[in-house]
Amino acid sequence: MSATENGWQPAPDLPPPSSSVGIIGWIRQNLFSSPLNIFLTVVGLYIIYKAGVPILDWVFWSADFSGEDQSACTSGGACWVFVGQRLSFFIYGFYPESEYWRINVLFVLLAVLIIPQMIPAFPHKKWLGWFFLVGFPIVSYVLLLGGSFSLPHVETEKWGGLMLTLVISFVGIVFALPLGTLLALGRRSDMPVIRAICVGFIELWRGVPLISVLFMASVMLPLFLSEGAHFNKLLRALIGIVMFQSAYMAEVVRGGLQAIPKGQYEAAAALGLGYWRSMGLVILPQALKLVIPGIVNTFIALFKDTTLVLIIGLLDILASVQAAITDPAWSAVAAEGYVFTAVAFWIFCFGMSRYSQGLERRLDTGHKKR
Amino acid sequence: MDSKLAIVLIIVAAIAGYFAGGMGSDKPAEPTATATTPAPKPQADDKKIPDKAKESSNTLAAVKNKGFLSCGVNTGLPGFSAPDSSNKWTGIDVDVCRAVAAAVLGDATKVKYTPLTAKERFTALQSGEIDILSRNTTWTHTRDTSLGLNFAGVNYYDGQGFMVKKALGVKSAKELDGAVMCIQAGTTTELNLADYFRYNNLKYKSVTFDTTDQTREGFEANRCDVLTSDQSQLYGLRTKLNDPDSAIVLPEVISKEPLGPSVRQGDDAWFNVVRWTLSAVINAEELGVTSQNVDQMKSSNNPEIKRLLGVTGDMGAKLGLDGSWALQAIKQVGNYSEIFERNVGSGSPLKISRGLNALWNKGGIMFAPPIR
Amino acid sequence: MSDQPNTPTSNPSRPPPWNNPAVRSIVYQVIAVVLLGYFAWTILNNTLDNMARRGIRTGFSFLNNESGFGILLSLIEYDESSTYGRTFLVGLLNTLLVSVLGIFFATIFGFLLGIARLSTNWLIAQLASIYVEMIRNIPLLLQIFFWYTAVLQALPGPRDSIQLGDSYFLNNRGFYFPKPIFEDGFGAVLFALLAAIAAAIFIGRWARRRQDRTGARFPVFLTSLGLIVGLPLVVFLLVGAPLSFETAVLERFSFTGGSRVIPELMALLWALTMYTAAFIAEIVRAGIESVSHGQIEAARSLGLRNGPTLRLIVIPQALRVIIPPLTSQYLNLTKNSSLATAIGYPDLVAVFMGTSLNQTGQAVEIVAMTMAVYLTISLSISFLMNWYNRKVALVER
Repeated sequence: MSATENGWQPAPDLPPPSSSVGIIGWIRQNLFSSPLNIFLTVVGLYIIYKAGVPILDWVFWSADFSGEDQSACTSGGACWVFVGQRLSFFIYGFYPESEYWRINVLFVLLAVLIIPQMIPAFPHKKWLGWFFLVGFPIVSYVLLLGGSFSLPHVETEKWGGLMLTLVISFVGIVFALPLGTLLALGRRSDMPVIRAICVGFIELWRGVPLISVLFMASVMLPLFLSEGAHFNKLLRALIGIVMFQSAYMAEVVRGGLQAIPKGQYEAAAALGLGYWRSMGLVILPQALKLVIPGIVNTFIALFKDTTLVLIIGLLDILASVQAAITDPAWSAVAAEGYVFTAVAFWIFCFGMSRYSQGLERRLDTGHKKR
Repeated sequence: MDSKLAIVLIIVAAIAGYFAGGMGSDKPAEPTATATTPAPKPQADDKKIPDKAKESSNTLAAVKNKGFLSCGVNTGLPGFSAPDSSNKWTGIDVDVCRAVAAAVLGDATKVKYTPLTAKERFTALQSGEIDILSRNTTWTHTRDTSLGLNFAGVNYYDGQGFMVKKALGVKSAKELDGAVMCIQAGTTTELNLADYFRYNNLKYKSVTFDTTDQTREGFEANRCDVLTSDQSQLYGLRTKLNDPDSAIVLPEVISKEPLGPSVRQGDDAWFNVVRWTLSAVINAEELGVTSQNVDQMKSSNNPEIKRLLGVTGDMGAKLGLDGSWALQAIKQVGNYSEIFERNVGSGSPLKISRGLNALWNKGGIMFAPPIR
Repeated sequence: MSDQPNTPTSNPSRPPPWNNPAVRSIVYQVIAVVLLGYFAWTILNNTLDNMARRGIRTGFSFLNNESGFGILLSLIEYDESSTYGRTFLVGLLNTLLVSVLGIFFATIFGFLLGIARLSTNWLIAQLASIYVEMIRNIPLLLQIFFWYTAVLQALPGPRDSIQLGDSYFLNNRGFYFPKPIFEDGFGAVLFALLAAIAAAIFIGRWARRRQDRTGARFPVFLTSLGLIVGLPLVVFLLVGAPLSFETAVLERFSFTGGSRVIPELMALLWALTMYTAAFIAEIVRAGIESVSHGQIEAARSLGLRNGPTLRLIVIPQALRVIIPPLTSQYLNLTKNSSLATAIGYPDLVAVFMGTSLNQTGQAVEIVAMTMAVYLTISLSISFLMNWYNRKVALVER
């Protein structure tokens, strides 16, 4: 009002130049802002064209998806028929077909337990988590092995495929976490002998390759035990993996323990809490929460490392794919098999790493420029 | 301060200690006790069996106890040990284990197979992971004397040969100077090859793989010019090539490879069981006893057959086994000829002729000591 | 601790010995040692007992026996008549070879990737992050198998080699390049190189002192480069170029002579590099991002330009975050190189814990030696890292 009365009014803001807003502006700013960037963009586009297009073509456009056997694969692309035909072998190994439902039940239960953990607002997550770490292994043990509740017994020699991979990594984490926590506490203990033992244990297992640990567990362990002590092969591999993994877990937990300010220890002591209660009630809850992302990352590493069990003759998912590849009924399906395995692993690992990154962001209290 | 932590650590250590020491201290008592029972006859050569059993391991009792036989086999070698299309293990080496299981437990299916690479096999046997190693393993002096194992006999006489790409136009192994060889790690093949080439003043490079399949794939991908292995394997591997006609097997055989099952050293009772089960199936062929006619043969007048099938004598008891040990092995698995033809001979895709493996009285060298 | 309270009446506040933390601590430690000792002793006893009963040879005398098998790649003189001790060395060197090369390439590639992820170019940042997310989440063993198959299938046979110039050949038997042959007098060149490096270090120190004193800068980098490249070159020419090359020649089966990189090494190195680089990229990114933006703003307000800001402010602080996880990636790479056994690269695990173990059957000795090697490598790297960590750690009060 008043502006018009004075006879002067500011000219309306000009819209920004069309080259700096909208899609064009975005492209200019993000792809072509400088000569170097132009060059990089061209290189990037070239890489996409050279690598991406043939891969997509092989995977989708000229691939064969339906059929019964080799003869269905004629178009020159990927032969997904092979994966489709042997899928049950890749997932269940030699597990008897009539008992597949047990594994399926566990898969569903696993999903039911995990999905709430991804939803921040879900109630009773803590108890679900505890059931996941304590109850679920027991249920799995009973269901997978059978022999009770009128379920037929299935020997561990018949276990295989994705299911075995999951069993190994799951057992690895469930046992390595408490053992690793103990070792981490031991490493920070006041007693020099206990500390030395824990440091020795941790450094020993962290220093050697998993492949030699597995070799030792699979063929040499009986040599260390006295005659007649008989372990199942899977159990021996699991012992090796748990030992190996707990050493790594110990280092992750130690990181958390070190991050707790000294005041917390002193406050717990001032309250008159004994060692165990001050650890269990004050320090560990904080420390473990801090290192959840680290624990998940260690678990991802473990999950990928389970493939090494194929070297000692256990039939995990990679081993079952390799066995199927050499089947003379199919020729030249190695790439399809490997790609399938890679995708399977990728889905699990990527999902977990996203989860851990999300947690990291939620727990982050730093002052980064974001 | 952290005393409870110490307690927990101590408990963990104690559990570990229990596994290592405690478990051992009571377990072996059991097998030893049962071991002495099956050989009660006060026969002359019996005496040492119970004596030995006390001081050494007793696989026989352990196998009877657990109710199955742990058998180390190849990870996949057609004709010797490989899972068939229905995921059952088959092959000439597998049949040795099945025969032993039939003789000891009366049931040829009670075998657990542990597929082993060449590198793992001896350690697996030494450590007690398996009871018997039947994995196309060559009987050599070093292995017999210093690896802690004993070879119980020979179930296939073999020799090392070469498979070459046809396109190279090689006719004899002497022309292989400078060639690249694909071989399997940890085999006698590796050693023979070195000897042969050094002796003949030839040069070579070797690419070593863990399993036979990898070796074949390397050959197929042209990583090497020559695949060298036991001749029987070469024929088997050649059938698995995408184009079997692209490769030929050279005539030279550069080594003796007596393949046979082996057991841990210092367990004579078990060694005897394996040796004589193998001998029984070979003798069965010689005597004309087959899986088909074994029941009729029980009424044969031939004293050798009578002893073999447990009609007369106590051959089984001397081994600590049931009297029908050989009968069960032959009935469920077959005699040597049946085993051979079914797995590697005319009844198989390999179509290997008996050759050296024919019986001694039919032009070969397969000779089993008599059951007497 | 040792002044034990036998007189509870005189000192009622003193706890009984079983409630004294110091006493308890000693008791627990003694129990732990005893149990551990018992555990170790039982294992040892069982093992010796089992080995004796099964007639397994023990001891390390096998190291002097002739091995009798060939090894595809060896950096030192080796043939079938060499001993098992020599086999051990060959395997160890091969492990070190692939680890050192892998660390070198993975560092370069990883840093490039990490910087690419922070690039202002959207496309490049996305490509880099797709790469990292893809490679990180697929097991290494799978990648090694894949690359080995890919390498073998992509390369032609020896007869149809890809030829680069007259003396470089690439085929599925390896990459062949001329082998340098050092003649008399090459030692002088090496000596010149060492002298140049020493001089460069000296100049660096001197320049720093001078800058502290006078503020004047000295072009240290260029001078050092000139010294290290120039001095050996001059000496090399002076003593008459004592170096010749041996080229690979195609024979009936394959190339002989020259130097070559075997495809197993290529595949393993490629897989290890690609895999580890993805992790290093993340470490580098996190390191650079960890430098608070305020630091950069502060540097700017002091009038520092982009170069010095990066060199003097960002990188030193980022390195403090980068180095420890980077070292553990190096360790991982070294340990992961043991997967070589899956594709036939003759590393320590393959030739020693594999073939030698099989030929001699002395599992305990051989596995112990192999583990000791890895343990030594990893402990020494950890030791260095801890030392570095202490050196750069922020001093908190």
